[in-house]
Formats: sequence, C-alpha cells, structure tokens
Amino acid sequence: MKNSFTLKAKNTLPSESSLPPGAAGAGNDPVKMDSNNVNVYYGTKQALKDVALPIRMHRVTALIGPSGCGKSTFLKCLNRMNDTVVGCRVSGSITLDNEDVYGPEVDVVQLRARVGMVFQKPNPFPKSIYDNVAYGPRIHGMTRDRTEMDQAVETSLVKAGLWNEVKDRLKEPGTSLSGGQQQRLCIARAIAVNPEVVLMDEPCSALDPIATARIEELIDDLARNYTIVIVTHSMQQAARVSHFTGFFHLGELVEFNQTGIIFTNPKQERTKGYVTGRFG
Amino acid sequence: MSPLKGTPAQQKHLAKRHAASRRFRWYGIAGLGIALSTLLLLLATMTFKGYTAFFQARIQLTIPFEKPLLDPDGNLSQDSLGRGDYRAVLKNALNHAFPEVNNRNDKLKLNKLLSDGAPSQLQTLLKDHPEWLSTSQEIWLSASDDVDMWVKGVVPRDLPEQARHISDKQAQWLASLEENGRLQLRFNSPFFLNGDSRNPEMAGILGAIKGSVLTLLITFLVSFPLGVATAVYLEEFVVKGRWSDFVEVNINNLAAVPSIVFGLLGLALYLNLLHLPRSAPLVGGLTLAMMTLPTLVIATRASLKSVPEAIRDGARALGASPLQVVLHHVLPLAAPGMLTGTIISMARALGETAPLLMIGMVAFIMDIPGSVTDPATVLPVQIFLWADSPERAFLEKTAGATLVLLIFLITMNALAVYIRNRVERRW
Repeated sequence: MKNSFTLKAKNTLPSESSLPPGAAGAGNDPVKMDSNNVNVYYGTKQALKDVALPIRMHRVTALIGPSGCGKSTFLKCLNRMNDTVVGCRVSGSITLDNEDVYGPEVDVVQLRARVGMVFQKPNPFPKSIYDNVAYGPRIHGMTRDRTEMDQAVETSLVKAGLWNEVKDRLKEPGTSLSGGQQQRLCIARAIAVNPEVVLMDEPCSALDPIATARIEELIDDLARNYTIVIVTHSMQQAARVSHFTGFFHLGELVEFNQTGIIFTNPKQERTKGYVTGRFG
Repeated sequence: MSPLKGTPAQQKHLAKRHAASRRFRWYGIAGLGIALSTLLLLLATMTFKGYTAFFQARIQLTIPFEKPLLDPDGNLSQDSLGRGDYRAVLKNALNHAFPEVNNRNDKLKLNKLLSDGAPSQLQTLLKDHPEWLSTSQEIWLSASDDVDMWVKGVVPRDLPEQARHISDKQAQWLASLEENGRLQLRFNSPFFLNGDSRNPEMAGILGAIKGSVLTLLITFLVSFPLGVATAVYLEEFVVKGRWSDFVEVNINNLAAVPSIVFGLLGLALYLNLLHLPRSAPLVGGLTLAMMTLPTLVIATRASLKSVPEAIRDGARALGASPLQVVLHHVLPLAAPGMLTGTIISMARALGETAPLLMIGMVAFIMDIPGSVTDPATVLPVQIFLWADSPERAFLEKTAGATLVLLIFLITMNALAVYIRNRVERRW
C-alpha cells in the first residue's frame, strides 16, 4: 500500500516531461522566492529553526510534515500573513525576486498582491460570485471599466475551472456554492489579482475526494503560469501535484528535494520514516 | 430482560439522569413563567389604570360667537381674535344653558365645571374658523379635572358633600347635562397635543415626546459614530497589550457606573464648564450619550468579534489595507449586530430619568420644544413629575404616559429583534 503510492508518485509526477532535462539536480529552474536562516518565534516558543528553502518559478513546491511541524508557519512567512499574529517574530531572509519581503520599504499590501493565498477552509466573502472575484482587481485598481472587469472575472473563473458551473449565476452569493466550488472560487479570487506566487494552505483538507481531484488538476494547470507553494497533510497529494517537496519536522526543514527523490529515495531517515508512514 | 434495557442498576441510574433533565426543564419553564406573568401584570395594571387617560369628560355648549366680545378690532386679524374675551362668552353660554342659575355663588360653581383651559380652546377654534363669528355653534369643551374624575367614577359618589370636589348642585347640573347628551367621555386630544400644564385636563405629553425625540437624536448622533469608531479601533486596529487591556477594563467599568453619576458629570461639564443652556435636549442628549457610549462600544465589539477571522484573512491575502478590510468586509457583516446594540442602548437612554434630573430637565415646561436648545423634558421625567402631583387626575395621566413610554420601548426592542432576524448571518 505504502509502496503503491510512492510508485504512483513517480509515475504521475505532473509535468515531469516539462521539467528541463538535467533537472535532476533541482537547481536549474530559476528561483522565484528564496529563504535563508528563517527563524520564527511565537512569544518564546520557536516555531521554525534555520529554514532555508528555495521556491522555483512555475513549479509546485509541496511542504509536508506532521501537525505542528511549522510548514504552515513557513507558508505564512512568504506573504507575511504572520504579521497580524500577536507575538510572532520572524528573522532571517525571505526574498521575492531577490528582494527581501521583510525589508523596511516593503508594503505588505503590495507584497500580497504579488503573493496570493488560498486557505484551508474555503472562505468566500458573503458577496456574489462576481464580487468575490472582482474584489481584488477592484481594490488594486487593475481595471478601467466594467467590460474589463467582466473580462478579468471571466478569465479568473475560467482559469480556476469554475466558469462553466457559475457563468449563469454570477449574481448568486459565493457561499451558495458547494465546498469544492467555493475553494475554486477562492482560487479564482486569488489569481484575479495576477499574483506571481500562489500559496495554498491545505486547500483540500476540507473537501471530498472528487473535489480534491478537481483542485489537484487545477494546480497542475496553474503551475504553467504561477509559482505554487502548497502545504498538505496528504503525502499522496504532495506526490501527485508537486515538483519539489520539503519535509518539515519539529520546526526544522529536514529534507528538500525533487518530489520523486523525496518519496522514493530520501536521504534522511526521518523523511523515510514519514513518507513510508512509520510516524507522523 | 432485554440487553437494551440494561441491568437494574443501570436502569436506576438512567432514571435519575432523566429526572434531572426533566427538573431542569421545569426550572426553565417556571422562570420564564414568572418573568412573563410579571410583565403581563405590569402591562395589565398600566393599561387598566392608564387607558382612561386617553378619554376625557367633555361638555357640549351652544357658544354664541359674539363679534364685539371676540373681535375687539373688528378686522378678523389673528391679533384681534387673540384679545377677545372668551371667558365672557363662556359665561354667556353657561347662563343660556342653565337659565335657572342666578345666584352669584352658584354661577361661579357652574363656571367651575369647565376646564380653565376652555377659553383657550375656544380661541384656538375661532382662529381656525373665523367664519363662525356672529354665529352660534355647538362646541365640545373640556370639563374640569374634578368633573372628569366624577364622570369616570374615580370619586365615590356617596361621599359626604364636603369631602368631595363636586357639590350636590354641580352633580345635579352634570346629571342634567348627561341626560341631554351634552356630557360625554370623548377622545382626549389635549393629552396628545399639549405640553405639560397645571390643569390635569389640559396637560399633555407632546412636549415630553418631542423632548425625548430631540434628546435621543442628540444621543444617537454623538454616541453612534463615536461608539462605532471606538469599537472598530479597539477591535481591529489597536495592538493588544497592557494599554488595550487597561482601556477595555475601564470601558467595562464605565458601563457599570450608575446613571446618576453621568448626570453629575453632565452638570459639571456641560452646564458649569461649557455654559450650555439648562434643561435643553442638547445637554440631555450629550449626557445620555456619555452614558450609552460604553454599552454601545461593548455591543459593537461583540458583533465585530463574531465576524470570522477567515473573512479578514481572505481580504488581507488579496492585499486589502487594514481600513479596506474593515470597511468592505467586517463592518457590513457586523452591521446587524451593531444596529441591534444601538437600538437597545437607545431604548435604555429613552427610559432614563436620573441623569436628566441633574441637568435641569425636571423643570415644569409648558411649551413644546422647537429645537434642541429649548427647555424641555422627556417622557420618563414627565411621568416622574406627574406621579408627584397632588391632583387626583394626574394619577391616570401618569399611567397613560407610562403606557405611551412602554409602547415606544417595546416598538424599539421589537425593531431590534426584527433586524436581527431579518439579516441572517451568511457564513
């Protein structure tokens, strides 16, 4: 059983063919976001220890690990969603296109327009489907008139694979959709502002297997245009959708490598133990 | 014994548990029952005592509107009509109705049947209908409060003559009027159209209602924006820490401060320091605003807190600024709760008396206030004033005004419930 999914992981590594030849070294794709010596404290408790993890452009990077290992904390550092957490301190460097996201001149609002986020629980605004998607472009002043906005909304919904299901009911509240549709709406909402990076925090953990499959397909598609970082509890999911995987344990990044290698030939004992289900 | 029934020991234990939940249910029903019956009792007594205030004994007289007496200048101007001798006209009318009364003392008693306000009632009528001059009209005029009480049977008729306000002769006249259908209990329009008066039959609540409306308006205009802004700042912007805890504790303390203390503060601040007009709705409203502010802040914060963090996160992750998060997402979702809290604190302010006593809104004011700086009183203070008056007829006015106040309060609370149910939460 455990072997079956590691095998499957190898076979279904999503765009293995699209990886440039010689990518085995995992160093050839340009790095979109980089992190070095990242330490995060909640009060006096250290949540992340010296994490260094590169996020490569137009690739899907999965962060796996047992609960409380710091993977979500790391994800939230990438677009500074940790800022609003009381008592949270971040040190080290996290860069987006070689610019420090924690730099003094960085505007969080602008950062989050470039690094979007999808949450664990679908959280559409209690507004219409249209307004949910239009909200981002509207506050960032990305469209000049109604037609452009309609176009932006349609494009985002098409990209999120939701257009055909909702095109006749754009005025209905976003909360009237099913859970999986809501999550795709949230993805549409996130990509409507044309982010360069999309962070996904366990986007399928509240969804049934069919809705999960749809989101996973969607992640595959999105990787062509966006850099994606996904936190997941499901190793199968990490294996299915990601190109790179980082394994976190007790606040440390234990191992980071191409997904195929992590699941079939991990270098660290702890990684091996986790991906084969011996602990976690 | 079926296994589902369990052992006798289990059955005994189960029975005990069921009995406990049944008891608890009954405690709840009993509590509710007591609360409801108290409320019903209150409403019933108030209605029973107060409904007569909405009716008034009126006497119909044939009034000869004599031009020389009522239009001294002869030009029908409002000014000329205002200087007419209506008292004399009333005397003539009464003489005409009771030709057999010719003793001076008796005539005085006859005049006493009518309200002291009757001449001014006539004046108002004539000003509205100047074409009645030089004609005779059948007019219903307010009877005096003693007659009112007599007709309503508040005073037992078998009391000895010297113990009652209505003499035997007067009773006779009233009986003859009643026989001719010229003495009736009619709708008490003065009660709803007049300000306060020393004559119970002329006293009304319009002045107090208008005073209450103006006062509440000021209270709302000051406390709502201030309260919402404070709550939003404390809930959404302030960095939690020692300072915010200090502020929070003090707001909670303020909400528990007795209202009379706010009255003293209003007296010191608005009257003594700022020299704002005494007895004015402006000052009353500002004082009540101080009193309602803490409650309003607490209610608003509670409704802001109930907006799920996921909504804020969603907006933040899209790059909304903190103000946009609040204005576009949090406030619209918190609005029903905020409105409910506001209406309930306004209802509390409407029923408040003590702080207003301190700033002089307890004065006897006959005029109906036209602006927030005119002297005025409010409904609960009016009730307090009437309850304190010696005349028997003010007793039913007190109950009547209480009924009106209760109707206002119940309407406001019902509105709050309606809004809460209408705008259901959609997440």
